[in-house]
Amino acid sequence: MRFVDEFRDAELGRSLAGEIMASVESERHYKIMEVCGGHTHSIYKYGIDDLLPPNVELVHGPGCPVCVIPMGRVDDGISLAREPGVIFTCFGDMLRVPGSQQTLLDAKAEGADVRIVYSPLDALRIAKQNPEREVVFFAIGFETTAPSTALTVRRAKAESVSNFSVMCSHVTIVPPLRALLESPDLRLDGFIGPGHVATIVGARPFQFLPQQYGKPVAISGFEPLDLLQSVLMVLRQLAAGRAEVENQYARVVPWEGNLRALEVMSEVFALRPHFEWRGLGFISQSALRLADEYSEWDAEQRFPVPGVRVADPKACQCGEVLKGVIKPWECKVFGTACTPERAIGTCMVSPEGACAAYYNYGRFAREREVV
Amino acid sequence: MAEAISDRESKILGIIETARAKRAKFRDPHITMSHGAGGKATSTLVEGLFVPAFASPALESLADAAALSVDGVQLAMTTDAFVVKPLRFPGGSIGGLAVNGTVNDLAMGGARPLALTLSLVLEEGLPAEILRAEVDAIACAARAAEVEIVAGDTKVVERGLADGMYICTAGLGRRDPRASLAPDQLAPGDRILLSGSIGEHGTAIMLARGELGLDADIESDTRSLWPAVDGLFDAAGVGVHCLRDATRGGVASVLNELARASGVAIVVREADVPVAATVAGAAELLGIDPMYVANEGKFVAFVAAEHAAQALAALRALPGGEAAAEIGEVKTEPPGMVLVETAFGGRRVMDQLVGDPLPRIC
Repeated sequence: MRFVDEFRDAELGRSLAGEIMASVESERHYKIMEVCGGHTHSIYKYGIDDLLPPNVELVHGPGCPVCVIPMGRVDDGISLAREPGVIFTCFGDMLRVPGSQQTLLDAKAEGADVRIVYSPLDALRIAKQNPEREVVFFAIGFETTAPSTALTVRRAKAESVSNFSVMCSHVTIVPPLRALLESPDLRLDGFIGPGHVATIVGARPFQFLPQQYGKPVAISGFEPLDLLQSVLMVLRQLAAGRAEVENQYARVVPWEGNLRALEVMSEVFALRPHFEWRGLGFISQSALRLADEYSEWDAEQRFPVPGVRVADPKACQCGEVLKGVIKPWECKVFGTACTPERAIGTCMVSPEGACAAYYNYGRFAREREVV
Repeated sequence: MAEAISDRESKILGIIETARAKRAKFRDPHITMSHGAGGKATSTLVEGLFVPAFASPALESLADAAALSVDGVQLAMTTDAFVVKPLRFPGGSIGGLAVNGTVNDLAMGGARPLALTLSLVLEEGLPAEILRAEVDAIACAARAAEVEIVAGDTKVVERGLADGMYICTAGLGRRDPRASLAPDQLAPGDRILLSGSIGEHGTAIMLARGELGLDADIESDTRSLWPAVDGLFDAAGVGVHCLRDATRGGVASVLNELARASGVAIVVREADVPVAATVAGAAELLGIDPMYVANEGKFVAFVAAEHAAQALAALRALPGGEAAAEIGEVKTEPPGMVLVETAFGGRRVMDQLVGDPLPRIC
């Protein structure tokens, strides 16, 4: 594939891996967090961990949009999906995320009309095709997906589609990063910045990482060469004692972001005063709701939503895992109360979460030789 | 301190290991779409409910077809159901798929297909011309596979119930004496052959549903696999240890099942796995891995190292087998795991499919 294979050249990969090897001090242990779930996915898909020296550890961050949705919120979605006459639409990976009692997939099996869509516009189309039904879209994701939700809501208003509404659970990336960094026991040396989010918000919002916390950042693309190069950029900053935002993904990410997308977001959304993150607790101003002018399309205004908070079990230590303070297996509930089949915390929900990955196979990939 | 931590880690890993080694239990309150996806949830249903309930040695081997011996005659028997949506798709339709899917289960048991039965569940209101077209497709596929349709049944259900039609089949075949196959016969050193390029059936169905707004020239690979198996037995007979067609869940799921059944490790070289450029492109756009996408005319063969070259040559010599390739090797450690050497040079675990990327593909 042209414009794809070029970024997956194994030869170039080996040479980058060599440069990484040359830029680390052998007695120092490096922990670099890749913030975005998409990066975690690429790291697994291409076996990037395997190409790094053993003292360079990648810590999977809080950037998996489905895993951070708290149980109470999933319960609210299920409650909406069970409303008579409702067609509940969401992205496919949301179906399996556990609420306090069940998943959306279970609710579907019990008769709720839950449908997978690939974009919010698909949900709007379903609403137009079924004027006698109420169509709700479960909007999740970081700044990457928020603009398309905003555009869809704006279009619903422009076209007066009155049987369409959005359960807005969009979140923003900077507040959870700040929350992690405020923690006194943080053990991270640097960050691989989220390329897709940065395409919308720009590279500028990540400047607080070096400026306030002294941590180097490389905004990264999603191909294997992008990731290796970004790791190298962070390591070189560390070696030189520098801390700044470098833009590895400059072919896509503008420093100032996508102004039109930001404009439509600020028109359609308003900040929630606080929002709960699975495993991380409440974080101020970390999520979006529909702005008052669009409240007619807000599913939480239109339908009764239980809004019952379901506390993460006290023993869950996702926060510590994300901060790199403990390894997955050091968590009190790892492998016993918390397993991929019955996940408690965000790190176990998605197969790419740090705990699920370790539970399923990380221990083999790292520790055992193939014979 | 370091010692204490590693003790604790190995204790926890031990607990996980024990839990994973236990027979899967079926605990779900109801059936969800994932129970039909061929992944972990399907295993809980099959190994946790069906197999213990029926307690038959032939069933317990969990092969594609049951190996039976009747008065010294070596038979293979199988059954299959087809609920694909839409009924017609580029490269085939439900009728041809039903015949090929059933004879392929027999072929994977090392058996020459002899006879099929056919039960049709028809929806009230199904246009007669659609039924006629599918009957033709069945007859045509049966002729091509040299198999007879020897019995059948018809049921009609109310409008809205069967999405046009469902097909259930049973198949009978005679096991070929040239090879002896079993899912637990993989041996370290065995080479893994793939009979052609992967991902075509699943991708064709996905695009045919028209929900993605994506267009590409991709046809289902549905066809009878007996000719390829026949050629393979001629070339490598006793060296062939196991065959499995890579249907639901794709090559990745098949390899995981077999690694577990034989207690071996499997290492796959990603760069050697044949994927057509169109399929690779669609998979890239949709964010799916072709290794998990269904095929209806491709199989993996585990062949002793000394027979691998002739076996591969035989597969490549057959029409449609030009892209056949050796994609990896069976190892000892870590048992039950499938590892991939990525084209980029890294290594990762290729796990069993969790959940269902695409329901009702066959």
